[in-house]
Amino acid sequence: MNVRLYVWQRATAAIMAPLVLVHIAVIFYAARRGLSASDVLARTRGSIAWAAFYGLFVAAVSIHAAIGLRNVLHEWSPLTERRAGFCAIGFGLLLAALGIRAVAAVVLP
Amino acid sequence: MVHRISGLALAIFLPLHFLALSLAIEGESRFEGFLRWTDRPPVKCAEVVLVFLFTVHLLGGLRILVIENLDWREGQKQLATLAAAVSAIVAFAFLVRVF
Amino acid sequence: MQNKRENARPQGAAARMHSELSVSLWRGGEHGRYETYGVPQRESQTVLDVVTFVQRHIDPTLSYRFACRVGICGSCAMTVNGKPRWTCRTHVAKVAHGGRLEIGPLENLPVIKDLATDMRAFFEKWQQAKGVFAPTKSRHEAIMPIRPDTPARIAADAAIECINCGVCYSACDTVRWNADYLGPAALTRAWTLINDERDGGNTARLQAISGSGGCHACHSHQSCQQLCPQSLNPTAAIAGLKRRSAAAYLKGEITA
Repeated sequence: MNVRLYVWQRATAAIMAPLVLVHIAVIFYAARRGLSASDVLARTRGSIAWAAFYGLFVAAVSIHAAIGLRNVLHEWSPLTERRAGFCAIGFGLLLAALGIRAVAAVVLP
Repeated sequence: MVHRISGLALAIFLPLHFLALSLAIEGESRFEGFLRWTDRPPVKCAEVVLVFLFTVHLLGGLRILVIENLDWREGQKQLATLAAAVSAIVAFAFLVRVF
Repeated sequence: MQNKRENARPQGAAARMHSELSVSLWRGGEHGRYETYGVPQRESQTVLDVVTFVQRHIDPTLSYRFACRVGICGSCAMTVNGKPRWTCRTHVAKVAHGGRLEIGPLENLPVIKDLATDMRAFFEKWQQAKGVFAPTKSRHEAIMPIRPDTPARIAADAAIECINCGVCYSACDTVRWNADYLGPAALTRAWTLINDERDGGNTARLQAISGSGGCHACHSHQSCQQLCPQSLNPTAAIAGLKRRSAAAYLKGEITA
């Protein structure tokens, strides 16, 4: 972990803190109201706001989780720092790709 | 350690979460089918665990941001325990709402 | 005189003491083993007393370090029942539950023999963290007055009393998991120098503690702060370093 990774890690964490609270509220709301798929999609389809919100969330979490994973691999596995870094980048890209696909799935009209 | 384990668990869960949401691409009924599948108790229990991990990771992260950026205060361990307790309460509230 | 003292001892204390402690000491090098000895328990006995008893009366081949025996030098640090402590300042009565003690060399350092470790890595990391004063004035210039109540000096004073005993280094999870990590003591010293107005080496120092094994590897587990026998707080010092390092990086004064 160096200063550059540290700054990105803490910055994405700070960005996500309010996003997480909103997401938890959304989870509770959906569970409470027993929303069906069409209920959910009716709310999200064509919505710029949800696209922006979850798009930002996906970007931030991909970076944050990748850096976190890199640290765990470096400290708990025999991988060298470089290899741990590559695995982490790979994982971050995977998350970003799947995440964008998921956001598109619920937001595109 | 709780912070690390919850982070790892969430990192493993996330791709699955994204894949599930992507089912909506294939149409509403597919997504609806998935949602119905998640109505089963074992899945709901897993969701409660996820809410706990999510909240505990958030609160652990906030604790770190406090240690690193605000003046030192005693009782860090107690803060950590409190964070875990609050997470448990949040997860329990979720449990109550889904059952 | 002796009789008078013994009569003065409260009955309760005598009843609580076990007559003999079961003491397991690490013998050998990296791949040694614990050997167990019986040591008579005495009032106000310290763990260092116990180790010394074994070496003097049972096995003279036991190797261990100590110097002052009164909690000033830090030489006698060992792992006692799983935690690194100064053995001269650890009362047996407080840690020997059930009359048992397990004493080993400090963790996270190579073992030379028995209870003595090779502390070179600890001191090398001190150098790598640039824990060395970089002067800005010569003897021909006026002495710079240092006020004791500026925030920077207060921060430096709070962290300055490190005597390099190695307890924090031995307690640290991150040191255990990350071979590059400079460790709490080295980083705390860097922090004191960063807060020293007279020092001129801050850019190089911040660069030194911002890399792979630097301050950002710390997870704030706080074992260092809990166990430091001098009541220092490396976690807080390292938090200060993280802030300074991030600010310097964002301003372009140092690189990743």
